[in-house]
Amino acid sequence: MEKYWRSLDEYKNGPDDQTEKVVEEEQKNLVLDLASDKIAGVSASRRDFLKLVGFSFATAAITSSCEKPVQKAIPYLVKPEEITPGKSSYYATSFFDGTEYCSVVAKVRDGRPIKIEANELAPVSGGGTSARVQASVLELYDQARLKGPAKGSNGATWEEIDELVVRTLRNPTPGRKVLLTSTIISPTTKKIINDLQSTYPELEWIVYDEVSSAAIRDAHQEVFGKNMIPGYHFDKADYILSFDADFLGTWLSPVEFAAGYAKKREVTKERPEMSKHVQFESGYSITGANADDRHPVTPAKSKAILAKIYNGVASRQGIAGLSAPECDVEVEDIVADLLRHQAASIIISGSNDQEMQLMVAGLNAMLGNYGATLDMNRTMNIRQGSDKDFAALRSSLKNNGVSLLIMHNVNPVFSDPDGDDFGYAINAAALSVYIGHSFSETAKNSQYVAPDHHYLEAWGDAAPVKGTFCLQQPTINPLYNTRSFQDSLLKWNGAEETVYDAIKAYWEENIYPLSGAAMSFTDWWNTQLQQGAFIVGGNPSISYEPDLSAIALQSAGETAGMALTLYTSVGIVDGRHANNPWLQELPDPVTKVCWDNYLAVSVDDAREMELKDEDVVTVNGLRIPVLVQPGQAKGTCSLAVGYGRTVSGKVGDNVGLNAFGLVTEKNGFRSYTVEGIVIEKTGDTYPLARTQTHHTMEDRPIVRETTLEAYKKDPNAGNHFHLDAEAHHYSLYPETNFDGYHWGLAIDLNKCVGCNNCVVSCIAENNIATVGKEEVKNRRIMHWLRIDRYYSEDVNNPKSYLQPVMCQHCDHAPCENVCPVAATMHSSEGLNQVAYVRCIGTKYCINNCPYRVRRFNWFKYVNNDDFNFHLNDDTSKMVLNPDVTVRSRGVVEKCSFCVQRIQEKKLEAKLEGRSLEDGEVQPACVQSCPTNALVFGDMNNKEAKVTKHIQNERNYHLLEQLHTLPSVGYLTKVRNVEGKDEDDEDHHTVSHS
Amino acid sequence: MYKTEIRGPLILGNKTLGQISEEITSPIYQRPKMWWLVGMGISSILMLLGFWGIYVTIATGIGTWGVNNTVGWGWAIINFVWWIGIGHAGTAFSIFLLILRQEWRSSINRAAEAMTVVAVGCAAIFPALHMGRVWDAFFIFPYPNTRGPLWVNYNSPLFWDFIAITAYLLISASFWFLGMIPDFATIRDTTKSKVKKAVYGFFAMGWRGSVGEWKRYEGLAFVLGGIAAVLVVSVHSIVSTDFAVSVEPGWHTTLFPPYFVVGAIFSGFAMVMTLMVIIRKIYKLHDYITNRHLDNVAKILVFVSLIMGTAYLTEIFIAWYSANEYEMFTLFRNRITGEYTVQFWIMFICNALIPQLMWFKKIRHNIKIVFVISILINLGMWFERFNIVITSLAKDYLPSAWADYSPTFVEIAVFLGTLGIFAFGVLLFFKYIPMIAIHEVKMVNKLKTDKKK
Repeated sequence: MEKYWRSLDEYKNGPDDQTEKVVEEEQKNLVLDLASDKIAGVSASRRDFLKLVGFSFATAAITSSCEKPVQKAIPYLVKPEEITPGKSSYYATSFFDGTEYCSVVAKVRDGRPIKIEANELAPVSGGGTSARVQASVLELYDQARLKGPAKGSNGATWEEIDELVVRTLRNPTPGRKVLLTSTIISPTTKKIINDLQSTYPELEWIVYDEVSSAAIRDAHQEVFGKNMIPGYHFDKADYILSFDADFLGTWLSPVEFAAGYAKKREVTKERPEMSKHVQFESGYSITGANADDRHPVTPAKSKAILAKIYNGVASRQGIAGLSAPECDVEVEDIVADLLRHQAASIIISGSNDQEMQLMVAGLNAMLGNYGATLDMNRTMNIRQGSDKDFAALRSSLKNNGVSLLIMHNVNPVFSDPDGDDFGYAINAAALSVYIGHSFSETAKNSQYVAPDHHYLEAWGDAAPVKGTFCLQQPTINPLYNTRSFQDSLLKWNGAEETVYDAIKAYWEENIYPLSGAAMSFTDWWNTQLQQGAFIVGGNPSISYEPDLSAIALQSAGETAGMALTLYTSVGIVDGRHANNPWLQELPDPVTKVCWDNYLAVSVDDAREMELKDEDVVTVNGLRIPVLVQPGQAKGTCSLAVGYGRTVSGKVGDNVGLNAFGLVTEKNGFRSYTVEGIVIEKTGDTYPLARTQTHHTMEDRPIVRETTLEAYKKDPNAGNHFHLDAEAHHYSLYPETNFDGYHWGLAIDLNKCVGCNNCVVSCIAENNIATVGKEEVKNRRIMHWLRIDRYYSEDVNNPKSYLQPVMCQHCDHAPCENVCPVAATMHSSEGLNQVAYVRCIGTKYCINNCPYRVRRFNWFKYVNNDDFNFHLNDDTSKMVLNPDVTVRSRGVVEKCSFCVQRIQEKKLEAKLEGRSLEDGEVQPACVQSCPTNALVFGDMNNKEAKVTKHIQNERNYHLLEQLHTLPSVGYLTKVRNVEGKDEDDEDHHTVSHS
Repeated sequence: MYKTEIRGPLILGNKTLGQISEEITSPIYQRPKMWWLVGMGISSILMLLGFWGIYVTIATGIGTWGVNNTVGWGWAIINFVWWIGIGHAGTAFSIFLLILRQEWRSSINRAAEAMTVVAVGCAAIFPALHMGRVWDAFFIFPYPNTRGPLWVNYNSPLFWDFIAITAYLLISASFWFLGMIPDFATIRDTTKSKVKKAVYGFFAMGWRGSVGEWKRYEGLAFVLGGIAAVLVVSVHSIVSTDFAVSVEPGWHTTLFPPYFVVGAIFSGFAMVMTLMVIIRKIYKLHDYITNRHLDNVAKILVFVSLIMGTAYLTEIFIAWYSANEYEMFTLFRNRITGEYTVQFWIMFICNALIPQLMWFKKIRHNIKIVFVISILINLGMWFERFNIVITSLAKDYLPSAWADYSPTFVEIAVFLGTLGIFAFGVLLFFKYIPMIAIHEVKMVNKLKTDKKK
């Protein structure tokens, strides 16, 4: 190679590398040097100048414009023992709101409960929850909670209240001294009340249920001489005959009943058996929607039919019948079925009519159901309210005959037909104290308010069923200056102990010995606390002899005019949860209306009266919008109570109308049926928000159905379309292989009762926004999981088809390929994912999702006064799940299969060096499903339950002919009805569009 | 080559070249007339209304519109496709007629091209505005970035759309501008105002009119025309894939690309017709935009209308022939009959039936009727887009999710705003740019007598 040189020096010594390097370095750093004096010697070029200007502008821009608001996170100086940031702890506890019991596990994250999970060890609620239970966690952070003792609208001190109550209790004043509570199932609380009563013998204790079931207790008193509600074992019932009892929705203990019911609705090839469910009802309830045979009848007719069945059974058994009115309904089949299923049937009535309940008890007794499907040992402790005692209290209040009224967890001012008078009366009583955790009409009218803990803050115990004991433990320190009801009572009794001491003492004394445990009490106590519930084994088998002579029928037969039935809706029930936005926005499982109550009118009646949806009518003075309801019995209309709260908080106030004013009394029992009502058109209209406005399937194979008989002959019955679709299962593209996990969800439509639990569970887990009535009406509800309800053709008594629909996580997802920015894509585990930060909101994916499960953030739903629900104040926002992003305006969201839960369990398994077990990962909807209708798992695992479901002959995929390859499978609905081979889907041919 | 004797002169009145320059550029020298000022006022008000709508949308959210979780696209996309369709006319006019050597186009193509640029600009507002997070709209640019780099989804029709529209807007604007250069030079050379001289001089880019320049000019015009010709076909084909690539019944059809392109040309030509009638009336340019021009455009409209009718019938036939219950439902029970039947029949009658009247020479020569028909066609084309976008989305696969859609005032305001922008742009064009290509008209002026080209 030739050698080049610049100077003789270089020729001799070689190139001077050092200097050149220095120059190069200097040039590289020129930008920085420009600012220093060094540059002085060098001639600055235009390029240098531009570099400097560019650099300074860029720096200035970055430092000034990219500033983010600073949020300070202060770490623990001393870490509390139980709190690990980012890790959840779980505490078993018990939910009881006065009407409904459920064993739960509270998920506590960074010291705050954020989610209610089902307690799988629970004896009563059986590993499930209800929508109300799921939503209860939000009420802990409710702004309408009572935050400290108060006198009227002024503050008060605990000492002041204590002193006043004790003085009134001690003073022998004229007038009754009454403790009015909701049903109390806590044995310790009962003991505390009894102790208080023994100290102050003048103190009466009256139990009041907003929605009464007193007639059931009374009927058992009459027939068996024992005031009880038997335990109902739907899991043992092959034949269920229900008269207006919405036992899957709100009647008595729906979570327990749904679980038992579903066990008898599980149909397999090996055991093609299921219960038969016959429902007589006037309104269309979710229970009616699940029935094999549903008969819309008026309440009076219901009674006549029951009497006829009673007489039919009685005559076959040689027992004296009743003098029943004429009834043209053919009941021979039902009588025959009942006789065939002796000791394996359940007859129930949701009515609070004494005669109905007497006949029901008598019929069950004649059929030998007591001791088999109806449990007289493990009787239910809920609904202890006595309508007669309460009526007596009301009249003494009005006559100023009450000197002390302590009320706990009741709201008679709202729920009594004479509520307003009741309100004036309690205000006028010598002393009235309200104890409860949230503000209400009754609290407002009471002289003093002594706020109670929320159940997640309090110690407690519960015996929902005789012989079953459950513990309730606090999961957070009380947020406000509240004191538990029991502590207040103990204080007034002069006791030093706290409720915790009292419970522990009670359990040590009464329950620990029953357990026969070998361990010490402390160990046993800790175990029970961890598990949350405990059943006493080896109950003596008690049985009572029925005395049918008490059963008589005085009033029956048709009455003139329309009959109105008042019912409790699945979300709002008796109104105690009215301020909960999750429940207000929960669509009714049948009508799909939320944020209002309405008068459901039958199609025929609507035609005769020329009514249509949203017309406003007056019913006995109440102005209410109409909803024309297919399947409503002609001559009846239905209206939900619990709405129309006026003092509940920002969400619940003035939503709907209070129908409790229409409740009447009959034979000393509250009657929720009003005969002879008058409906008058007003000519006004009032909009209702519905989440579904088209109600039939248009003959499309969406929910597939067969009959039990057809299924026995052919496991593919009703599902031949699936075989056809599978036969056309081919693609131009190579199939994706999922090497690791391939997540899937199977939904048994025969076990899903449509209770809405999963909907609320999903809301709580995934921080789903509440959008309010107007936006629901605009069809912008944010729920990731919805339950579709379709009717069959017959408008007078349509069958219902319920179908939970969430993101189907299609392996050929139409939404994925249309997103211009790849914000939604498929994971290697078969999940369809959305990267919210990447989404620009073209909404193309929404349009291209044939299932319409994707949701757009139309507005900013957080910190926005237009959406003044739980995401608009700091306290309520404590309920947010930190594992799930709160979505910003303008992005699309949808079901993620609870990817945060999958990830959590995967990490746990990884740390333990194992792979995930089947059933370990449970999305929120699956975890708390009371009927286990949802099964989640890895479809690559041949042994997984979900794989077995997907391979089941009954399995199909929604819109499978589109070849979207969903990861969600549905098992056909099987109805236990006679005859007809229902293969009518088979006329559909597979057409690839 | 055709024989001009048979067809008669393209420009009437036996004008001299100077006369042509003077007559066409006269609006530029005159003081604005009253009607112009009023027009500007109205369009400004509409524009302001539109800006208010845009502000509300961006500041509050897409929730201020009537769209919902079932019908994700509403007026925004209808208007987008409608404007894009209108925006086809100019380029289609110039390019296809240029390629087909239809000399009569020269009186009209300038206005048509101006219309294209403004209409495509109006159209471009909507896809941006309908995004939930318009401030992140740049995510759709395929550029190397620090997020991975994270690229766009090349499978998505929306991305193709973005590329197609951007390309179309750039090419048609360039083509339009290129065509104006010699005319700007004409104004520069004839004006007495120093300001005008400077401004038009700037845009004339030093044009001197030498033979060399003309040679290059024509070469470039053909090249750009060639590119634009492809784009005219591609852009609306691609817009149609926004629908055709989806799984929605009524959208998922291979007919869409040609159907959309033809539809676009149809609405574009109708809009050209509307504008031409107005210009001719206002500026008394009857000698340049002759009855023959309008007659030609009307003939094209009749023909295209037949294609539209065929497309509609094909869609319906295929839905029936496929026996696909979802397609059948959409076409037969949700368009021809059902809730949206009025919209369907407005579309069908305005687009496929009414233009057939123009088979009759008498009607073609009655400018008033032709004018009304041209407006009806644009109305019909708007409803065609309504039919496509709304009916398919509102009722697709799962009846549980079926929902209605109606626009809110904000959406309407944005649409009115784009009408304002369009009118504003067109009025500016009337006033400041020679609305007929002077040099092209001069070229065809003596075609009748002077057969040399």
